[in-house]
This record gives sequence, C-alpha cells and structure tokens, in this order.
Amino acid sequence: MYAIEIQGLAKDYAVGFWKKQLRPALKSLDLTVDSGETLGFLGPNGAGKTTTLKLLMGIIFPTAGTARILGKDFLDPEVKRRVGFLPEEPYFYDYLSAPELLDYYAHLSGMPSADRKRRVGELLARVGLGDVGNKHLRKFSKGMLQRVGIAQAIVHDPEVVFLDEPMSGLDPLGRHEIRELIQDLKDQGKTIFFSTHILSDAEALCDRVAVIHKGELRGVGVVNDLRLTVADKTEVIWQGARALPAVSGQLLESHATGDTVRATVATADLDLLLETLRQQRARLVSVTPLQGTLEDFFLAKTVEEEAARL
Amino acid sequence: MTSRVSAITINTFREAVRDRVLYNLIVFALLLVASAPLFGAISIDIEHLVLVNVGLSSISLFGVIIAILVGIGLVSKEIEKRTLYTILSRPVRRWEFIVGKYFGLLLTLVVNAALMTLGFYLALLATEQKLTHSDAGLLVAIYFIVLEIVMMTAIALLFSSFSTPVFAAIFSFALFIIGTFGEDLRNVAASSHGVTRWFATAAAYVAPNFSSLNVISQVAHDKPIGGSLVLFNTLYAVLYSAAVTAAAVLIFNRRNLK
Repeated sequence: MYAIEIQGLAKDYAVGFWKKQLRPALKSLDLTVDSGETLGFLGPNGAGKTTTLKLLMGIIFPTAGTARILGKDFLDPEVKRRVGFLPEEPYFYDYLSAPELLDYYAHLSGMPSADRKRRVGELLARVGLGDVGNKHLRKFSKGMLQRVGIAQAIVHDPEVVFLDEPMSGLDPLGRHEIRELIQDLKDQGKTIFFSTHILSDAEALCDRVAVIHKGELRGVGVVNDLRLTVADKTEVIWQGARALPAVSGQLLESHATGDTVRATVATADLDLLLETLRQQRARLVSVTPLQGTLEDFFLAKTVEEEAARL
Repeated sequence: MTSRVSAITINTFREAVRDRVLYNLIVFALLLVASAPLFGAISIDIEHLVLVNVGLSSISLFGVIIAILVGIGLVSKEIEKRTLYTILSRPVRRWEFIVGKYFGLLLTLVVNAALMTLGFYLALLATEQKLTHSDAGLLVAIYFIVLEIVMMTAIALLFSSFSTPVFAAIFSFALFIIGTFGEDLRNVAASSHGVTRWFATAAAYVAPNFSSLNVISQVAHDKPIGGSLVLFNTLYAVLYSAAVTAAAVLIFNRRNLK
C-alpha cells in the first residue's frame, strides 16, 4: 500500500480584480510515495510545491483530483491524526512558550493529557530545546523556531510527515541540525514528503525526488539520475604554472589572479589536469566538484524539450 | 469534539489575557468606573443615579469595543499569520475552530465584565457605605449587557471569517449602531410603505436589536424588570448568535486560505 497516492490533483487560482481569469497553480498531479520512503519534492519558487502541500493538508480545496493518505481520503480527520505538517517559514503563537505550544498541538491531535507532558519534554530535548523553559516564542531565533516547527509536526508521533522548505532561511549550522532531525525521522521509518528548491538537501536525504515546474510534474527518479542529465564539472585552484598548453583545450574556464589560477574542467578531464599540474610542480590549493544545481537541471531539461520540438 | 473546541477556547482566552492591549482596556475601564464617584460628587443628591448610569454604560461600551476589536482579528489574523495551517492540518474540523474561537473571546469578555462589575459594586459601596436590595437588581442590566456582548462577538467573528480587519471593524461598528437604534428602525418600518417598508423591515430583523437589552435607565430608577423580558432577551441573544456563528461556519468551510 502506498503511504501517499495523489491522483490528478489540480488547482486553479482566480486572478484579476474585474475580469477574473483562472491561473493554474497545479496541473493534474499524479504521484505516489511508498510507506517509509523519503520523497523530495523539488522545484523552483512558484512551481506549485506549497500549493500541493496546502491541498493535501485541506487548507485549500482542489479544482480537480483527489488523494489518499494511508489508504484513506486525504480530508478524513482520522488521517490527520496520523499526519504531521511543517509549513514554509512557519509562524507560531508567539505568546506561548515552547512546551505550551506543543501541548496545545498534541491536545488538538487527540493525545491524552497523561501522555502529553512526557512526550513534550522528551521531544524538546530531542530537537535541542530542552533548556528553553517558559520563554515565550517571540524571543526565539529563526533556527529555534524551525526546530519548534519540526517538533510540532511530530509531537503526536505521526506516520507521515510533510515538510515545506524545512531548511529555508537557515544558516549552515541550522541546516545541518534540521537535516539531522529529518534523518532521525527517516531512521524511525516515517514516510517523509518534503519540498525544497535546493538539490543538495534532497540529495542528502531522499530515496527519490519528484521535480515540479510551472505546476507540472517533470520527472520522478533518484537524485543521481537527475544529476546525470546535468554537466558534471570540477573547479581546481592552484598556484604557479600559469600557462598549461597541454590541457588548455580542456579548460572550460580559467582566471588568473597574480600567481593563483582558478579553472573549471569537465570531471572526466580532471585526472589529466591534475597530472599536468604535478608535472609542472604547481601547488594545488583546492579541488571542488561543482554540484549540478536545480537550475542546471531545468536548463538542461528545457534545452532537451526544445530540441525535441524542433 | 468538545476536547478540541475547549483547547481552542482556552488558547484564545490565553492569547487575550497575554495581550497587552486588553490589559490597557481593562485598566482604563476600571479607572473610569473608579472615577464615577467623582461624577456623583459633582451632582448633589443624584450620585447613585449618575454612578449607575456611568458604571453600567462603561461596562457595556468597553465590552462591545473589546468584542469588536479582538473579534475582527479572531480568524483573519490566524489566516494572515498562517498559524491556521498548523491547526487545520490536525484532526480539527473548521467549525470546531470557529466555535472554539467564539467561546474563547466570550470567556475573555465574561471575565472582563465580571471584573468590571466587581469594580462597579466596590464603587457603589464606597459612595453609599452599604449595598441595598435594589442594588442587586442592577445585575439584571449587567446580564443584558453580557447578552449584548454575546451577540456582538458573533457578529465580529462573522465578519472576521471573510473580510479584512478594517472592513470587519467598519461593518461591526455599523451593525452595533443600527442595533442600538433597533426600536427606532422597527418604528420606521411600521410607519412606512412600499419598498421602504420592505427594506426597513428586513433591516430590522437582520440587524441585532440592542434597544430591548438596554435597561440601564430603568434599573437606575429602581424600576423592576419583568421575568418575561429576561426570558425573551435570553432566547433572542442565544438564537441570534447561533445563527450568526452558523453563517460564519458556512462561509469559513468553503474558504481557500491563502
């Protein structure tokens, strides 16, 4: 049985003041997620990721289509008891303390009061907020709020967790911490559906990714499959040996500043470049694989589509 | 069901209590009630009358102002700040949210009115040195004020469920003013003809009738209030508020929350 099964889900928004026109935000989405799987829902800003999540959570209503979560209709309140949700850039009741907020959400999710106190304490410690006490949320930093956000999404121990851009707006340390928390959920066997516009986040965590663009599903697969469609490049920085006639044909790009040279090569040509540098006794400073970005993927995809059309 | 509604009710109450704007209004109201004896001191022999009028009118006015100012943001603020997303993604029905919010604000206003009543009686005790049997009769007027607040809260919540706070405030205050002159509206309806009569009658039934809830001058003059009026007003306030809240639920059930 699929944990999530989306069938023909579509949403049009009416835009304009006098003359209302329908603008499709999501065009007939079909997608399934296996139980215990982590699916990355990828797409640039405005692709329809948040619209999909808001539809699945019953915050907005679909123009067409339906979905089943854990085998039941997605709007069934019983389903919501077993589902957790972290909205994008969440805002919580800032007059509450973290334990009060989590207790409130656990109460709304139908947890008996005897279990709530224990669960809230346990969870706060797990997300690294064990020492916040009764400080109100308005005094929390963005990173702390995001951790509260994850905690509220899993306070009732759901089987399926939906996360909308869980790493957005966080510094590298914050991103790392959230990534660890998601990894934790994955290890517990939860089904995770998370949206992001950053390929590396998906790569680190997802079993599969679904790519959405302009409201349309463009492809589903593992991250490496997507990566193959993107030109793989490596950046090499070295000192000395400014001119390298042996490999100059292979350098895609090169800039020299004083004694230091920064060049980009196709990863396939990397060995040849490193070998040449060694022979020239250049001092190697760094070798950095340039990860394909989602933008590269879309660019490649668009070029492919246009080539196919011609 | 009741557990979720009560959780939302308690949280709404907690928000209002922790909201400094509300504290300011309570302090202001208490100050006004406390200063009522000064008005009494100016008008010789009629202190009791002035005190009762000023005291009860301020309990009513502050109750209505808080009902509107907090009520208009009850739903729209949760949509705007997107706190509603984490509520509706749980097994909470939309009607439970509306009803919970309604009772939360009502609880706040009842506690608020109770505190002001306490201050009012303390002021009465301070000016007259003792409380008489007729002072207990003032509680009927306060009960009617609470009924007025019960209706105003439902009205503000209805507008909050589909409109921005500014428009909700304008509509709510407009309905409050029309309701205050409810009796006059009925008289206009009775004495007019044709389309005017039709419109005036419709408006008189749709708008709340607050004039029958205002017995401040009667109780200030020690005139008794009949049991049938108490019963009628109670039924009217409960049915009117239930209908308005049901309308809010119907609208909110169909809303796409952006």
